[in-house]
Amino acid sequence: MIENRPWLTFASHATLLVGIGLVALPVWMALVASTHPASAFGVGHIPLWFGDAGVETWGTVLFEEAGNGVDTPVWFMMLNSLIMALGITFGKIVISLLSAYAIVFFRFPFRNLCFWIIFMTLMLPVEVRIVPTYEVVANLDLLNSYTGLTLPLIASATATFLFRQCFLSIPGELVEAARIDGAGPWRFFFDILLPLSRTNIAALFVILFIYGWNQYLWPLLITTDDAYYTLVMSIKRMLSVTDGDIAWNQIMATTLLAMLPPVAVVIGMQKLFVKGLVDSEK
Amino acid sequence: MTVTFPQKGLPWLLLLPQLLVTAIFFLWPAEQALEQAFYQEDAFGLSREFIGLENFIDLFTDPLYYQSMLTTLVFSFSVAIVGMSLALFLAVMADRVIRGKLAYQTLLIWPYAVAPVLAGVLWWILFDPSMGPIALWLKSAGVDWNHYLDGNQAMILVVIASTWKQISYNFLFFLAGLQAVPRSLIEAAAIDGASPFKRFWTIVFPLLSPTTFFLLVVNLVYAFFETFGVIDATTKGGPGQSTTTLVYKVFDDGFVGLDLGGSAAQSVVLMAIVGLMTVIQFRFIERKVQYS
Repeated sequence: MIENRPWLTFASHATLLVGIGLVALPVWMALVASTHPASAFGVGHIPLWFGDAGVETWGTVLFEEAGNGVDTPVWFMMLNSLIMALGITFGKIVISLLSAYAIVFFRFPFRNLCFWIIFMTLMLPVEVRIVPTYEVVANLDLLNSYTGLTLPLIASATATFLFRQCFLSIPGELVEAARIDGAGPWRFFFDILLPLSRTNIAALFVILFIYGWNQYLWPLLITTDDAYYTLVMSIKRMLSVTDGDIAWNQIMATTLLAMLPPVAVVIGMQKLFVKGLVDSEK
Repeated sequence: MTVTFPQKGLPWLLLLPQLLVTAIFFLWPAEQALEQAFYQEDAFGLSREFIGLENFIDLFTDPLYYQSMLTTLVFSFSVAIVGMSLALFLAVMADRVIRGKLAYQTLLIWPYAVAPVLAGVLWWILFDPSMGPIALWLKSAGVDWNHYLDGNQAMILVVIASTWKQISYNFLFFLAGLQAVPRSLIEAAAIDGASPFKRFWTIVFPLLSPTTFFLLVVNLVYAFFETFGVIDATTKGGPGQSTTTLVYKVFDDGFVGLDLGGSAAQSVVLMAIVGLMTVIQFRFIERKVQYS
């Protein structure tokens, strides 16, 4: 504190509280809406305070069916989302660790070319080349499968760069010492490199989990079978019901449930999350 | 890094998974897009005909494409500027307080984890013309809110929903930037009698310029490529074409309009834009490293 200005400090707190309130407003509204029966919504009015149908709505969407044309219960789609998110996260971390290891600790022909090929994936986000990627996956017969949901998304230049940066900061003497002690490349990788990159891996895990869980366009395109619906994309199917028949309370409950896991991860692992965010932008 | 392992085959084995995924799901589709951009295909994919640059010529003589470019620019800069101003304001406040800084941070950063499409759904219902509380409140205040009919209002809705999600990110980086400003500078200015307001504009804000520029690039990239879900949930690019960004158009023309050649040509143009943005981002990051 430079100087004591009680009035300014008070204003700061007040502004922050207003900011937090505004940021939380849509979620608050959704929470309120999910506690009313579907009949409470109509032209000119939407409930502004909690109703008493909350338990019923949440129970229905979680265990019976999400409603609005989606017959699968939310817990089942959560499972699909979890499989996809973890598949993408583990896949990305493993292949990036391996390729960064190869690029930093070995010398081989076309090393730079490989680096540039990986770099190019940075320039080709899936939204940009959506039609041909869909065709490739359709040709490989991967529509409606967990492989199709995860595999095309696991190449990641960002993670490779991050691990490369992290490996480059490891002193050469450490490698030399390991080699003199007779450690081969695998031993070095598992006994020295992995323990040293533990925090980086954890931080990246948080960021990638959010990325994987929140995938929308890709699962929307390649899954037509209920058995592979993920939670985030199912919202779109729920919204395609004709206007009059929409059960808003169920949509709101599903929306809240869909954002709950990644939000919990961010709040619960705030330190790692912040580190991951800062690292992956370098 | 000078010490390496001598094996020659092993590195290839290690790189193999990444190179395979990249080749199959990135390079192959990119090549297909490039090829498809020079063909005209019927809607069923049964036959196609080489038409040279015609898809590109069609694209660049189509007023709708220019309109979409303009929409993208207006949308992206609005998201970046609105989001960054609000976040900077909140970050300055959070930097001032001593108690509860971490609690404020926690309560402000969680929207980052919300999927864009869900952010879209949340704001959509608040602004629903027939029953959304904000829309009804606006109506009672004399604003006739209907984003299904009014293109500008649709744009405002999309900007609000996209900005809401990005404030947390901007806030974190601005707060980190503010905390890196040397206290001694501010103290010296305070002793010289500069008010908090003046200190901010003459010392803190200029020192934040690397952060600001970095965030500008990140926000533009976000608005370009990651807001598909927001638009799809709220306006579906409408009314008319008023919220159809370039990325939304690639999807819309390809999967809804089934104009595969045109969509592929747009993909190629977009890839060029991403390439350019990536280069800019990297140039800047190199500079940042030098300064620090």
